[in-house]
Amino acid sequence: MQKQIREIRQKRLSTDRIFDIVNLFLMMILLAVFVWPLWFMLIASFSDPIEVWAGNVLLLPRKITPVAYERLLQYKMIWAGYANTLFYTAVGTALNMVLTVCCAYPLSRRDFMARKLLLGLFMFTMYFSGGLIPAYIVVRKLGLIDSRLAMILPGAVSVYNMLVMRSFFQNSIPDELREAATLDGANSAQYLVRVVLPLSKAVLAVVGLYYGVAHWNDFYNALIYLYDEKLFPLQSFLRNLLMSSKLTVGSVGESMSPAEVEALTKLEQTLKYSVIIVSVLPVLCVYPFIQKFFVKGVMVGSVKG
Amino acid sequence: MKNSFFCRFRKDLKRNWILYLMVLPVLLYFILFHYWPMYGIQLAFKDYNVKKGIWGSAWVGLQHFQRFFSSYNFRNLVANTLGISLYSLLAGFPIPIFFALMLNYLRNRFLKKAVQMVSYAPYFISTVVICGMIYIFTNRDTGIFNTFRALFGLETVDFLSKPEWFKSIYVWTGVWQDMGWNSIIYISALAGVDMEMHEAAIVDGATKLQRMFHIDLPSIKPTVIMLLILRLGSMMNVGFEKVFLLQNSLNKPSASVISTYVYEVGLVQSDYGYSTAVGLFNTLINVALLLGANGLCRKIADESLF
Repeated sequence: MQKQIREIRQKRLSTDRIFDIVNLFLMMILLAVFVWPLWFMLIASFSDPIEVWAGNVLLLPRKITPVAYERLLQYKMIWAGYANTLFYTAVGTALNMVLTVCCAYPLSRRDFMARKLLLGLFMFTMYFSGGLIPAYIVVRKLGLIDSRLAMILPGAVSVYNMLVMRSFFQNSIPDELREAATLDGANSAQYLVRVVLPLSKAVLAVVGLYYGVAHWNDFYNALIYLYDEKLFPLQSFLRNLLMSSKLTVGSVGESMSPAEVEALTKLEQTLKYSVIIVSVLPVLCVYPFIQKFFVKGVMVGSVKG
Repeated sequence: MKNSFFCRFRKDLKRNWILYLMVLPVLLYFILFHYWPMYGIQLAFKDYNVKKGIWGSAWVGLQHFQRFFSSYNFRNLVANTLGISLYSLLAGFPIPIFFALMLNYLRNRFLKKAVQMVSYAPYFISTVVICGMIYIFTNRDTGIFNTFRALFGLETVDFLSKPEWFKSIYVWTGVWQDMGWNSIIYISALAGVDMEMHEAAIVDGATKLQRMFHIDLPSIKPTVIMLLILRLGSMMNVGFEKVFLLQNSLNKPSASVISTYVYEVGLVQSDYGYSTAVGLFNTLINVALLLGANGLCRKIADESLF
C-alpha cells in the first residue's frame, strides 16, 4: 500500500517535471518571439546598412554607426510630424480627460436623474454609428477638414474609457465620503476635484494612457480628414516612409553611379528601422511606469453596472 | 403623471445643476459627432447631390443596396470579411487562454514577470508601425522569413503580393500583437481560483496537466464564455487600418473587406450614397450579431451586456 502511494507520487512528480521543462521551454521561445522583432529593429538601426542588407545582423549589431539617425535628422518632414503628433497627443489627451471626467462623474451618481437616459444615449453610439461618409460630411460642415481640431474633436470622448472610469468612481469610492463632504459644505464640483480625483489616480493613469497611446498611434483621422502635409501626424509620414519602396531621402540624381544608388537603397532600408525606433520609443518609455495599472484597468473595465 | 415628472426634473435640476453643467459639453459632443451623422444615414437611400444637400437629394429607394448585392465583388467582400474574422477567432481566441494557463504554472517568478511585461508591449505599437514591420520581415530579399526559407533551400516568396498568404499574415501578426493583452483578463481570473482545490488535487495525486484541465479551465469557464460571445458579436468588424495598410494591387483579391470598400467607394471615388449604403449594411449586420450574441449570453451564462 505504502509502496503503491509512493509509486504514484513518483510518477506524478516525474510527469510534472516534464511539464515544467516543456513550459519553461515554451515561455522562453515566446519571450524571444516577443522581444526579437523589436530588438532587431533596434540593432539594425545602429548597424552598417550593408551588413543589415546582407543579413549579417541577427542577434547583435555589426559595425555600429549612427548613419541612419544622421540621415533621419535631415528628413525634416518626420520631425514636423513628430511635433504635430506631440501637439495632438498633449492637447487631445487633456481634452479627453476633462470631458471623460465630466461625463463619468455625473453618470456615477445614483441621485442624478438624467443618468439612465444619458448612459443609454452614449452607449448606443458604441454599437450604432452613421458610418464613414455621414461622419465625414458632418466634419466638413463644421469646417474642420484640414484643421488641427479634426485630429482632436471627433474622438473627444471614448464611451469605453468613460465606462471604465465611471465604474471606478461608482465602485471604489464610498458614498459616505460625499455625505461627509456635503456636511462640510462642499458642492459636487469641489467634492470631485478635492476628494474623488485624488483617490482615482490609478484609473486616471490607465485611461490617460489609453487616450495618449490612441492619439500617438492615430492614423485614421489624418487619412480621412487631413490633406495638408503640414498638419500630418507622425504616423502619416511613417506610412509613406515604411510602405513605399521609393527613395525618400535625397532623390536619386542623374549623375549617381549604380553603386551609389545601391548604397542609398541600403541606407534607406536602415532608415526604416531608425524611424520605427524613434516613433515607438516614447510609448515604450512611458509603458513600464504604467504597466502595473493595466491589470487593474482591465479588471475595472470588465465590471459592469 | 407628466406634471410630477416635470416637477421632479426641475427639483433635480436645481439640486444637481453642477452635474448637468458638467455633462452639457459631453452631450453636445455626442449630438454633434455621433447623432448628427446618423441623420446622414438617409444618404443610403438617396442620390446625393452636393448642391441640394442631404435633405434635398432625391430618394432612390433601395437602389444602392441592390447595386451592392448584385455587384461582382459582393460575395468576395463578405467572404473575406467573415473569413478573416473567423480565422482570427479560431487562432486569436484560444491562444491567450492557453498562454495564461501555462504562465500560471511557470515556477520562475522572474521569467513570469518578464514574459508578461514584454507580451503586453506590442499592443501599444501603432498599426502603421506593425505593418511597416510586416513589410520589413516579409521582404523578398532581406526579410527574416525568406532568409530562413533560403537557408533550407526553399524558394523565396514575396508574401505580401500573394493573395493566399494575406489572411495568415493578417491573423498571426494580430495574434502576436494582442495575445499578451488579451490574456490579462484570464490571468486575473486564474489568480482567483481557490487554492484549496489545488491542494486537494495534489493530495489525490493529480498532475499539473490534470489540474490545469480539471480545475483551472472549469474555474475560468464563465469568463471564457462571456468573452467568446462578445467576440462572436463583432464578427463583421474587421479593422480598417491594418487591411488598408497591407493591401496592394496584387493581394487585393483576398485583402479587400467591407470597411476598406466603404472607404474606397466613398472617399476615393466620392460615391457617397453607395458607400453609406454599404456601411449601413455592415452596421446592421453587426447590430444583429451583437443582439444575437447578447441573447445567447443571457441564456447560457446568465450575464448580458445590456
